[in-house]
Amino acid sequence: MRRSDSHIWRKIKSGLASAIAFISAVLVITPLGLVFFHLVVNGASSVSWDFFTKLPAPVGAIGGGMANAIVGSLELLALAGAIGIPIGVLGGVYLAEYGSARINSVLRFLADVLNGVPSITWGVVVYGLVVLRVKGFSAYAGGLALGLIMIPLILRTTEEVVLLVPNGYREAALALGVSRWKTIVHIVMKTASKGIITGILLALARVGGETAPLLFTAFGNRFWNHSLNQPIAALPLQVFTYAISPYDDWHRQAWAGALVLVTGIFCVNVLVRILTRGRASSVV
Amino acid sequence: MYRSGLPLLINVLSFMAVAASIAVGERSVQARMASPSRFGDKAFEWLTLAMALVVVVLITLIGWQLWIGSSVAIKKFGFHFLVTSTWDPVAEQFGALPFIYGTLVSSLIALLIAVPLSIATAAYLTELAPLWLRQPLVSLIEMLAAIPSVILGLWGIFVMIPWLRDYPFPFLKRVFGWTPFFSGPIYGPSMLAGGIIIAVMILPIITSVSREILRSVPDLQREAAYGLGATRWEATRIAVLSYAKKGLFGAVILGLGRALGETMAVTMVIGNTPQIAASLFKPGYTLASVLANEFTEATTDMYLQALFEIGLVLFGITILVNLLAQLLLRTITTASTTRAVQ
Repeated sequence: MRRSDSHIWRKIKSGLASAIAFISAVLVITPLGLVFFHLVVNGASSVSWDFFTKLPAPVGAIGGGMANAIVGSLELLALAGAIGIPIGVLGGVYLAEYGSARINSVLRFLADVLNGVPSITWGVVVYGLVVLRVKGFSAYAGGLALGLIMIPLILRTTEEVVLLVPNGYREAALALGVSRWKTIVHIVMKTASKGIITGILLALARVGGETAPLLFTAFGNRFWNHSLNQPIAALPLQVFTYAISPYDDWHRQAWAGALVLVTGIFCVNVLVRILTRGRASSVV
Repeated sequence: MYRSGLPLLINVLSFMAVAASIAVGERSVQARMASPSRFGDKAFEWLTLAMALVVVVLITLIGWQLWIGSSVAIKKFGFHFLVTSTWDPVAEQFGALPFIYGTLVSSLIALLIAVPLSIATAAYLTELAPLWLRQPLVSLIEMLAAIPSVILGLWGIFVMIPWLRDYPFPFLKRVFGWTPFFSGPIYGPSMLAGGIIIAVMILPIITSVSREILRSVPDLQREAAYGLGATRWEATRIAVLSYAKKGLFGAVILGLGRALGETMAVTMVIGNTPQIAASLFKPGYTLASVLANEFTEATTDMYLQALFEIGLVLFGITILVNLLAQLLLRTITTASTTRAVQ
């Protein structure tokens, strides 16, 4: 009798624990829903043709857009990619194809630690390395800061997907007399290309939303950037400047900019999901 | 005769051609094997090694740049930099204590909120949730992780702070107003708001790392618990959570590392006032936010030096925390893989 009572009590406790865990999960994803809801409510009405085609209006004037910031962000991503992609991908290939267990564990460890370095730190470092030396903020400095952040991210994902390529592929190519580096480039990396691209896209999406490393490298610009030696506008930077400004019209535009930025990032994430769905079936 | 001879001739010729090509092919393979012209191989290996070593270069580069950027300030202020709380750029007196305090307190608040929620969610995702619900929830959490800090900050300024000011803060004041932590006037931008926004930022990472840890717990553990008649919760608590304790601790420390360095969202809601106050309703300031706000305004060399030193302190703290997290997580994964092999 008492036994079955305690059994019921244990069942109830188990159910309660499940309910609490469920509520926790709901609480974790609530901010996502709320942020989305408010982005759409506050931002959608301000996303207009002007927003994509016009420069910011002069201080105090109503209207204008963020065309320069959108283009600026793309330019910065191109610069960042030019630095981060080759270094990250080739470094990842080294870990997967050549490195001994000991070297690998050290490099992997350092890459993971680098991933934990606050993004503002990269801004400070690039400020010291570049901006102080050439005495000026520039698109190059901003691109460099973002590119350096990308390196450990891409390195780790590349390593992971290259390791997934079955050894038979390498053996088959080597047995045909293909040299090792050609095997790696034409067979192994080609087989893993979807995964490598996925990693690159995720890294781009991640740095595309970064603001802190750009504050004192790219600096921002209210006009078009005509030379990469000059300060350049970026979408997250513009959102920040407008959000902390005292003007209502700028707040409205900050919401619009945020909506555009998040939409861009989520499109990349959806693309990645489509790519990885293909990979899961092809590699296994 | 002549007509039947032609195909024969062609046959013979083609046979000879094939034989010759095989011979040539074989010789070329042999030639390649014999003379190891492996320049391409060596070059590629060295190239990739150089790229991999960039990771080492970067860590040293950060440390070196922050160090030389702040060397004069380090000499001038010494250890006092860490324990004094005057921040006066005009008089060139710099102490980082309010920022260190703000960073630690806001991260602590964030951990208090995020850790129970994330670990409970991770347990739900791996042990308790119905199978069909797991993948959608994981995808949603990944999406939360993809939201840039600045956008969360924007939401924090215009949605979260007004709401906190109107409902939860007055409630906290009514109930806990007798403690120093929830006393005093309510402004809105505050240490508590900063901690809450950091909690939102680190929820996804703690959840996903904890989930990986729980997934690596061998099924034997669960089977043993169920075999003894444990309920689902008992199996989760006794066989899974306690088994994964060390790894979960690693996940929390990793989250702490992210919390300490969180910049944009905090800067937008914490109020940016360098003070040490017991009340969490009062505004604060963090190491990362003072960098974000004041770096471009640093007019004198000493001011810039002091900011570089703030960067060095922040880098030092996060590097130590991250090292600890990686060590904890590493030992866990190796332990669980050896067990899986058994």
